Amino acid sequence: MKYFLKRVIGTIPVLLGVVLLIFVMLRIIPGSPVLMLLGEHYDQATIDRLTAAMGLDRPMIVQFVDYITGALSGDLGISYKYSRPVTDMIMESLPYTIRLAVMAALFAWIMGLVTGVIAAVKKNNIIDRLFMGISLLGVSMPIFMTSLVLQYIFSFKLEILPMTEDGTFLSMILPSIALGWNSAGSIARMTRSSLIEVMQADYIDTARAKGLLRGAVIIKHALKNSLLPVVTMMALQLSSMLSGAVITESVFAIPGIGRLATTAIQNRDMPVLQGTVLFTTVIVIAGNLLADLLYSVLDPRIRKGD
Amino acid sequence: MSSLKRSQDPKLDDELKLQIGERDGIRDKLRKMCRDNHLAALSAIVICLFIAMAILAPVIAPYGEAEQDLINRLQGPSAAHILGTDELGRDVFTRMLYGSRISIAIGILPSLISLIIGVIAGLTAGYFGGAVDYVIMRVADVMLSIPSLLLAMVVMYTLGSSTVNLFVALSMTGWSSVARVVRSQTLSIKQSEYIEAARSIGVGKWRIMIRHILPNCIPSLIVLFTLNVPSAILSESSLSFLGIGIKLPASSWGLIVNQGRQFLFTQPWLCMAPCVAIMIVVLAFNFLGDGLRDVMDPYMQR
Repeated sequence: MKYFLKRVIGTIPVLLGVVLLIFVMLRIIPGSPVLMLLGEHYDQATIDRLTAAMGLDRPMIVQFVDYITGALSGDLGISYKYSRPVTDMIMESLPYTIRLAVMAALFAWIMGLVTGVIAAVKKNNIIDRLFMGISLLGVSMPIFMTSLVLQYIFSFKLEILPMTEDGTFLSMILPSIALGWNSAGSIARMTRSSLIEVMQADYIDTARAKGLLRGAVIIKHALKNSLLPVVTMMALQLSSMLSGAVITESVFAIPGIGRLATTAIQNRDMPVLQGTVLFTTVIVIAGNLLADLLYSVLDPRIRKGD
Repeated sequence: MSSLKRSQDPKLDDELKLQIGERDGIRDKLRKMCRDNHLAALSAIVICLFIAMAILAPVIAPYGEAEQDLINRLQGPSAAHILGTDELGRDVFTRMLYGSRISIAIGILPSLISLIIGVIAGLTAGYFGGAVDYVIMRVADVMLSIPSLLLAMVVMYTLGSSTVNLFVALSMTGWSSVARVVRSQTLSIKQSEYIEAARSIGVGKWRIMIRHILPNCIPSLIVLFTLNVPSAILSESSLSFLGIGIKLPASSWGLIVNQGRQFLFTQPWLCMAPCVAIMIVVLAFNFLGDGLRDVMDPYMQR
C-alpha cells in the first residue's frame, strides 16, 4: 500500500511540470494572438478590449494558476478559431481516438503475442526468422507508409475496405492495423526473447519431467512469467500509439484528438493545441502509473525492493 | 587499446584476453561486431553509402534539383528517370538525393545535440545528487511523458515551421532518455575506489566527471546515439508528412511523400520511393544499434 501511495504522489510534480512546460512553450511566441484574430482592420481600443477579455493582460503567473484551476474543473479554455470550449471539442473527438487506439492495441497484442510465441517455440527455425524479419520491418516502417500501403492494397487494388473512416467497423480495420503494426512488431520481439529466457528455467524442466504436455507448459508456466516485461511495454506503447494516432487520423480522415491537434496548428489555435497535448499527456501518465501498479501486483519483488 | 599481438585466430585472442583479464577496448569491440555480426556490418556499410550519396548529391544527381520538364510529367520509372518524374516533371531520384541531405542530417545532428545535453544533465544529476538530481530528473520525466510527436508539434507551433526550427524541436525531445542512462551509470561508478582515490588527491569535481566517469559511459552512449537516429528520422518525416515540418523549397523524404500522396493511386512510386528509403535507413540504424549493444553492453535494457 505504501508503494502505491508513493507512486501516485510521485506523479503530481511531473503533472504540474507538464502543464507548466506546455503553458510556457506555447506563450513565448512573439506577437499577441489578439492581432492574429483581428486580421487587418482594428484599432487600439479593440485590441485592448479583446486582450482584457481573453485575460492576456494579467501577469503570466496569474494566467497559469487560472489555467490550472480551470483545468482541474474541466475547463481548458475557449478555442480562438471556433469560439467553443476546448473541453467540448476534445470530448467530441475522444471516442474516435479511443476506438482507434483500442482496436489497434487489440490487433497489436493478438498479432504480437501469437507471432512471438510461435517464433520462440520454433527458435532459430525458418518460421522464427521469417516472423522476426517481418516484425523488424514493422518496427522500421514509418506509420504513414504502413497507412498508405494498406490504403493502396485494400482500398484501391482489392476494393474490399473503405479508404476513409465513415463510422462503420469495416472502415476502422485499416487505420487500426496501420497504427498497431509497429507495436505488434515490438511486442512480438519482446515476447520471443522473454519467453526464450523463461523456457531455460529449471521449473520448466520440472514441469516437463512431470509429464505435462509441451503446449501446456508453454501456456501455463512459461507464458505467464514471460508476460511481465511485456506488461511494462504496454505503457510505453500507449505513448507512441497516441503519437502515431496523429498520423493515422490524418491519413484516414478520422476526426479524433490527433486530427484536432494537427488542425489546431494549421489554424494557429493555441488553446486547442494546448488542451489536446495536455489531455493526451495526462492519459499517458495515467497509463504509466497503472502499468507500474499492475506490475507490482503481478511481481511482488518490486514492492519489496522499494 | 590491445596490448596483445594479434594472432591468426581471432577466437584465440578472445580467450587469451580472458585469461590475463584484459578488457576489450572500443576498437576491439567494433572489430568483434564486424566479425560476428554480418548484418550489423552490412548496415554500417549501407549507412555510409546513404551518407556519401547525401554529401555527393550534386555530383550524382542526373538532373538539376529544381529542373522541370513539364512535357514529361508523372512518368513511370524509365531509363531516363530511374524513379520516374513528379507532377512538375522533376526527376524523383534527383529530388530524393537532395531530400536525403536534410533527412539524414536531421537524424544525426539533433541526436548528437540531445546526446550532449543528456550527458551534461545525467552527469550533474548523478554526481551531485540531492536537490539538483531531483530537479533534473523530474524535468526529464516531464519531457518523457509528453508523446514525442506532440512535443515536437508544440515546439513547431511556437517557433514556426522551418528546417532550423525542426532541428531545435528534435534536439529538445531526445535528451531525457540519455540523461537517465548516464545518471544511473554515474551513480554506480561514483562508488568505485578509483573515484575515491581521485577525490582524495584533490582532483576537481568536473575533472572527475569528464575524465573518469564519462569514458565509462561511452559504450552505452554509442548505442543510445545509434538508436536515437532512426527515431529522429521518423519524427522528421512524420512532421513533414503532416505539413508542419520542412517547408518548401527545402526538401526532405517526408515532404516528398506528403506531396506525392495525392498521386498514390495513379503514380504510387512518387510517395513509395521515399518511404522505402526511410525504411532502409531506419532498418540499418536499428540493426547497427542492436549489433553495437550486443558487443558494447550486453546487459543494457532495450
